[in-house]
Amino acid sequence: MTAHAADTSLVPVLIQIADDHLILGHRLSEWCGHAPMLEEDLSMPNMALDLIGLARQLYTYAAALEGKQRSEDDLAYLRSDREYRNCLLVERDNVDFAHTMLRQFYFASFMKPFWHSVLNSTNDTLASIAAKAEKEVAYHVRHSGEWVIRLGDGTEESARRMRGAVEALHPYTGEMFVVDGHRTQLVADGVLPEIEPVRAAWQNTIDQVFNEAGLVVPEVEYPLLGGRDGRHTEAFGYLLAELQYMQRAYPGAQW
Amino acid sequence: MVTPVSVKHTEAGDEALLQQALAIAQSVVDPELPFLTIEDLGILRSVALHEGRVVARVSPTYTGCPAVSVIEQSVLNALTDAGIDATVERVISPPWSTDMITETGRQKLLDNGISPPESVDGRESDVFFTRRVVNCPRCGSDHTEMVSEFGSTPCKSQYRCRDCREPFDHFKCH
Repeated sequence: MTAHAADTSLVPVLIQIADDHLILGHRLSEWCGHAPMLEEDLSMPNMALDLIGLARQLYTYAAALEGKQRSEDDLAYLRSDREYRNCLLVERDNVDFAHTMLRQFYFASFMKPFWHSVLNSTNDTLASIAAKAEKEVAYHVRHSGEWVIRLGDGTEESARRMRGAVEALHPYTGEMFVVDGHRTQLVADGVLPEIEPVRAAWQNTIDQVFNEAGLVVPEVEYPLLGGRDGRHTEAFGYLLAELQYMQRAYPGAQW
Repeated sequence: MVTPVSVKHTEAGDEALLQQALAIAQSVVDPELPFLTIEDLGILRSVALHEGRVVARVSPTYTGCPAVSVIEQSVLNALTDAGIDATVERVISPPWSTDMITETGRQKLLDNGISPPESVDGRESDVFFTRRVVNCPRCGSDHTEMVSEFGSTPCKSQYRCRDCREPFDHFKCH
């Protein structure tokens, strides 16, 4: 597939989606060696690998369309915080296992119907990326969703923590559904899916799992936004410092 | 460093070179499942000649699988070591699925204690807390249970057999 002028309009959106995956992948990888049990020590880095692998594909594609001689590594390691376009949800601190699984569940439950719709995208490359992503994210939904149910419907302590996670993270979920100026035309052209059916599918999954988990879907008075415009939370600076340290300290280092 | 052999551009010469390159590429093994060739896995898409150069096209298995770049490098090395001027291209469309694993590949998985994937139609359902029945690769029993949906590589999950008591890997349907 050759890049042509119209394709460059896709670049900012590819970077948004890639940033979501890179940052959430990094957050999950922070659990490596610290998980509450061995199986989770395998599952979280495994999911991180899926997410970072997808981020690499999207960055590579964005860099090719952009044609500015930037590589996937330039995009991942050499941008400042204000240049990242991930939604705020994915950068939130791990806090505890309940927060981590709920954050994963919110995001995966959104990406699953999103990628499923992208299978019909008028952009073949994006549709091919979606074909694999859709299968991988299904595992993430099941894994994290089951933990939301186990913890929400578990002991007094696990339920308390899961309720705390819902209260803390739910206000960040709205940002996933924002169709900004970069996306409007791409949706009209059938490159990106209509967002309302994706939101409905997401809501349906959340309702079902919260119902089983004995959790209440909160009303959000003030949706927390900003990541898509490069305005991030304090937690993001620390994350980026760790993520980029090696390339900043030893520019061009390879191994 | 091996200097690529110059190939006479006759049709017969091209054909011989292609056959040689194909045989070499087909025999490259997966670093994490070294009993499987990339032919068994079904990820070798094509081997063709383009302007006198051999182009091997390979599909990735899982998006983030670290073996993908190792496999591409192995294919390139194998061809180059044989004195063939070659490049390796990554092809993501059409996407690879476990249905592309050959019958030989599936048998090799079973012989090595890994239960092979179901057909794509048999993918895990979206219903929480339900799992498809997986047979034990050692004793064949269907009296098994999943230990972890995630295993030592992205393509595998972990099970144990309640009859022969052995743990085993299951190659996930993808």
